Amino acid sequence: MKPAPFVHHAPRSVADAVAVLAEVGHDGKVLAGGQSLIPILNMRLASPAHLVDINQVAGLADVTVSDTEVRVGALVRHAQLEHHDEAYAALPLLRQALVNVAHPVIRNRGTTVGSIAHADAAGEMPAMLALTDGVVEAVSASASREIAVADFFEGALETSLTPEELAVAVRFRRFAAGTGTSFMERARRHGDYAMAGVAAAVRTSDGLIADARLSFVSVTDVPRSLDVTEVFAGQEPESVDWSAAADLVHAAIEPEGDIHATAEYRAMLAVELARLTLAQAARRSVAAHQVARDTEGPAA
Amino acid sequence: MTEPVTEELLDLTLTVNGVPRHAKAPARRLLSDFLRHDLQLTGTHVGCEHGVCGACTVLVDGQPMRSCLMFAITAQAHEITTVEGLGTIDSMGPVQQAFTECHGLQCGFCTPGFLTTITAYLEDHPHPTSDEAREAISGNLCRCTGYQNIVKSVLRAAEIKAEIRAEIRAELAAGTTAEVDGA
Repeated sequence: MKPAPFVHHAPRSVADAVAVLAEVGHDGKVLAGGQSLIPILNMRLASPAHLVDINQVAGLADVTVSDTEVRVGALVRHAQLEHHDEAYAALPLLRQALVNVAHPVIRNRGTTVGSIAHADAAGEMPAMLALTDGVVEAVSASASREIAVADFFEGALETSLTPEELAVAVRFRRFAAGTGTSFMERARRHGDYAMAGVAAAVRTSDGLIADARLSFVSVTDVPRSLDVTEVFAGQEPESVDWSAAADLVHAAIEPEGDIHATAEYRAMLAVELARLTLAQAARRSVAAHQVARDTEGPAA
Repeated sequence: MTEPVTEELLDLTLTVNGVPRHAKAPARRLLSDFLRHDLQLTGTHVGCEHGVCGACTVLVDGQPMRSCLMFAITAQAHEITTVEGLGTIDSMGPVQQAFTECHGLQCGFCTPGFLTTITAYLEDHPHPTSDEAREAISGNLCRCTGYQNIVKSVLRAAEIKAEIRAEIRAELAAGTTAEVDGA
C-alpha cells in the first residue's frame, strides 16, 4: 500500500510542466489533487516513473465566469468551485452535482479538472462536462488545442489527451436563459460512488418544453449526454409524462452489476432518476421565467 | 531481474503544528507516513490508505484533508495541523474535551481523524443541528463506538466553543470597563 518509487517534478509554470511531459512521455503522470491518482499509486495499480506535480504551477487556480461559459483552471479544488457564488449563479448545475462528489474532505483537495481528466464514468464532473457540452483546454510543448467533450472521453478512464498534454482548464458551457437543471444520485451511503446518477437540463419557452437533455453517472462506459427533446417538445411541463423518455434512457445506458447493485437495478434507478430530474429541472425552468417576469414587470 | 532502485532522499521541511520540521525522505513518502515515521508524530493514524476511512485526516492550511492522499513533498507549501496540535492531555481542545465527556471514542483508532475533521467543521458551522453533525462526519469511519456518541460530541464541542466565546467576550467587556475606569 505504498507507491512505487518515482521522480518528482515540481514545475512552476505551464511551459515548464509541458516541457517535462514532453521529455518523459508515457512514463509521466500529472499530479493535481491526487484524490483518484494517489489511491491508484498506493495500490500499485499504476507506477509511473515520473510524477509531474502541478500544485505549484501559477495561474491554474481560477474560476472565471463569462456570459457563455464557466472556466475552471486545473488547480481549482472541487470545494472552491462548489462555494463559488458567481459560478453557482451562472450554472447552478455545478454545485448541484459537486455536493455529491465524495466527501467534503476529499473535495478540499481533489480538483474538478483532474476528475474530468481521470475520466471515470462513475464520477459526477465528467457527466457535467457532457451535459454542458463543455470543452477541455489542452496544452503541450508544441501546441494548444481545445477538445470538445464528444471527442474527449474515449473509454473507461481513457481520454484523447496525449501523454505530452496537460489539461490546463475545462469550460462548462452555460445553458440558454430560462433553462432549469437538476442532479440526483443514489449511493449505498452518502459520499460513496453512486449506483446511478442523472443530470437533467430542461428549457421551456412560452410555457412549453423546448429542450430537454440528460447525462449519466455510473451507468455508461463513457460520459455523454442524451438529447430527449423529441419526446417532450411542445408539451406543457405541468402535464407531461416525464417517464416517456424511459426507452431512450434504456437504449443509452449499459450498466454493469456489482456487489452494490445488479445491472437491472441500476437501469431501473437511472430511468426513475431521469423522470425525477427532468421534472425538477422543468419546474426550475418555469420558476426562472417567473422570476424574470417579476423582476422585469415593475421596471417596464 | 531488474536492479533494485536506489532512491534519492530529499530534504523536506514541513510546518507542523506551527513548528518547521525537517527530515530526509523519498519523493514517494506520503504525508501520513512522513508525520508518523520521519517526525514521530504518531497521533495521525493510518487506516485504509486510499481515502475512505478518514483516520489520517489532518488540517492543511486549516482545511481537513487526507494525509494518506498527499505526498509530504507537496505538503511543504502548507501549514499542517495534526491531532497533536489540537491540545494536550492537560489542556484539551474543545473537541477533545467533548469526546471525553460524551464517550465519543472506545478504541480511539479513528479518533484523530474525527477530531481534526470536526475542529475544522465547527470553525465554519458553529451551531450545527444533529443532522448536520452527522453529515459532517460522514467521511469518517468508526468501527466500535458507533456514531451516536460522536454526533453528541460534535454538538457538545459546539457548546463548549460557544461557552469559550462568551467568556472571551465577557473578559473583553470587563477589560474595556477597567480601561475606562482607569482613564
